[in-house]
Amino acid sequence: MEPVLVRVENVSKRYRIGALHRGYDTFREMLTGALAARFRRLTRGDNVDDGRTLWALKDVNLEVRRGEILGIVGRNGAGKSTLLKILSRITRPTAGGVEIYGRVGSLLEVGTGFHPDLTGRENIFLNGAILGMRKTEIDHKFDEIVAFSELEKFIDTPVKFYSSGMYVRLAFSVAAHLEPEILIMDEVLAVGDATFQQKCLDKMHEIRRQGRTIFFVSHNLPAITRLCKRAVLLEAGQVVAEGSPQEVVNHYLSSSWKAGAERVWAEASDAPGDGVVRLRGVRVLDERGEPSAAVDIRRPVYIELTYDVLEDGHALTPVFELFNEEGTEVFSTHDTGEEWRRRERARGRYTSAVLVPGNLLAEGSLIAHVSIMSHFPSTILHVRVKNAVAFQVLDEPGGTSARGDYVGPMPGVVRPLLEWTTRADSAEG
Amino acid sequence: MSLKTTETTESNLASSPTISAAEPESAGAATTLAGLPHALAGLPHARILPEDSGVQLNLGDLWAYRELLFFLTWRDIKVRYKQTLMGVAWVVVQPLLTMLIFTLVFNRFAQLDSGPIPYPLFAYSGLLLWTFFSTAISSGTNSLISNTSLVTKVYFPRAFIPAAAAVAGLVDLGVGSVLLVALAVYYRVHVTWGLLLLPVFVMLAAALALGVGMISAALTVKYRDLRHTLPFVLQVWMFASPVIYPVRVVPPRWRWLIAANPMTGILEGFRSSLAGLEFDWALIAVPLVVAPLLLAVAFYVFRRLEDTFADVI
Repeated sequence: MEPVLVRVENVSKRYRIGALHRGYDTFREMLTGALAARFRRLTRGDNVDDGRTLWALKDVNLEVRRGEILGIVGRNGAGKSTLLKILSRITRPTAGGVEIYGRVGSLLEVGTGFHPDLTGRENIFLNGAILGMRKTEIDHKFDEIVAFSELEKFIDTPVKFYSSGMYVRLAFSVAAHLEPEILIMDEVLAVGDATFQQKCLDKMHEIRRQGRTIFFVSHNLPAITRLCKRAVLLEAGQVVAEGSPQEVVNHYLSSSWKAGAERVWAEASDAPGDGVVRLRGVRVLDERGEPSAAVDIRRPVYIELTYDVLEDGHALTPVFELFNEEGTEVFSTHDTGEEWRRRERARGRYTSAVLVPGNLLAEGSLIAHVSIMSHFPSTILHVRVKNAVAFQVLDEPGGTSARGDYVGPMPGVVRPLLEWTTRADSAEG
Repeated sequence: MSLKTTETTESNLASSPTISAAEPESAGAATTLAGLPHALAGLPHARILPEDSGVQLNLGDLWAYRELLFFLTWRDIKVRYKQTLMGVAWVVVQPLLTMLIFTLVFNRFAQLDSGPIPYPLFAYSGLLLWTFFSTAISSGTNSLISNTSLVTKVYFPRAFIPAAAAVAGLVDLGVGSVLLVALAVYYRVHVTWGLLLLPVFVMLAAALALGVGMISAALTVKYRDLRHTLPFVLQVWMFASPVIYPVRVVPPRWRWLIAANPMTGILEGFRSSLAGLEFDWALIAVPLVVAPLLLAVAFYVFRRLEDTFADVI
């Protein structure tokens, strides 16, 4: 077992809400405020928790071993950045402590300390020093940094003349050459064009191979599941889930979208619907028929719904609409099976399932809206539940999926595995 | 894969302070890892303690991050000289023009007697040192709020931010000294061994400016309105210091007051050493005591407030 490099013990951080909102006080207010506070203390006793404080972190405990990549997920305001700031020693915890073995490098922002009037070359040295590199170390890696950024031609141009893409490339190149034992990263991969992101991810894999320890905050959930070995979910300043990245990401999705792989309405009175049909359950199933919140991109997935028909004589059509994280509708599908199409149903319970084949959906998080409609005599929408179930599609590199050996981001709402042929027209030997 | 331990033990202590050593009494806040494995032996160790566990001076960090002070100073200088149209010339022109005006008003119109030193040299030397002093304080005061991203996004001893502003001022002082030398040669001042003490007075002025600058920078983070009162304070301070008039013209019953101002001893000593005059050790003793003491107090106050900078800035 690798040794523990970072131990976070009962860390809590309290902010004054007033201070958060206004940002700063005036000296005059401080003087008058001090008098007022003294008077308040005299009249009703000192009370710190008077509702004007906010616990950004509350009793957080973590242990991270050498070589681990810990993903941290959570909504905005859940305390992710505060945790990283405490680990980077930018701010101190209100209570609790942290013990760290090793040099810490933090990347909470790309290009911290960059000055627009300085040239690329000058900013490499300045930024490198700010991130904790020695001058000799920067001298030594300078050519490598410049080569990585692909900005050789512009290295003596002030960065204010750079495009935002060039700026980010230079900044990330410096950061990528930082070699601490412990690296703290906040959402820095969300920058740059696809080619450069690919380079950054390659670099991350390299860092991972070198056995360095990384704290990684990102909203890019596929990146978390692909890069991290372990993840934690923060909610309102507390660790609410910890474990494999897939489990944690699923937990996060189900809590943030209020939807998981399974949704059941146990009581008939709660079940959504009208007088004709009521929805009783929706499930995401893997090929063995087990509810599953994470599926391999190459495997099929079933979405199944169970409903009660309360009135005879309706021809019903179940419908699924599938959306990705960006809210783009991937597709919608209506039940066109011959057996029940245009066929009036008797009262009772029914279960309909649709098979979504493997190698169709793109990697990422997906959420399904479900509905049941009828078209005769005219189209009626009997029930529609938005965000009924959610699941993740995982795509490991190096396998037999459409990704092949490529590890970078692959845009597109679908990721079909298509047939390729290559003919050697004039190859030697 | 093995860690590059060779790099971490000696050369790369940049972010490797041993805070724990400075805070033995708060060891209870975070327990030491039981049975420290051999693999961790070479690694730097840091312990992050809660806010109420007292002020951590982190003096080791000042050494570990020393190169950053150089880079921040270098940035300040580089940016300043790149931005201004006249660049270096401005550093000389500003005190020169001020000196000419004061020479005209006080020396020609008001017939102020500056004693053994010719008035233009007297005024220029005073203004040069004062300009350095007040610029170091005002740029130091504003340095934290104009470097917000450094304060909120990365860790290093933040005292380097106002310190870099003060050190960068020394470069301006050096440039402005070229004209000072020319004036001294023109007026044929006596060169004595006392000239060797000139850097001491510059250092005293720098220490005093840094002390004041660090305190006001730390307070300005929280109380932004202090920034607006500073120019007024510096103006009053200038007229309470013998910048454009000699101490001799102050009525004897007010002498103790002007002597209590540490800048008085610094300015008088600076000129005495420049012009080869007798040192007034009684006046010089004040800044010799006050400047280092203030700097130490300022560092403590700054460290005390530093941990909250990122939360309130």
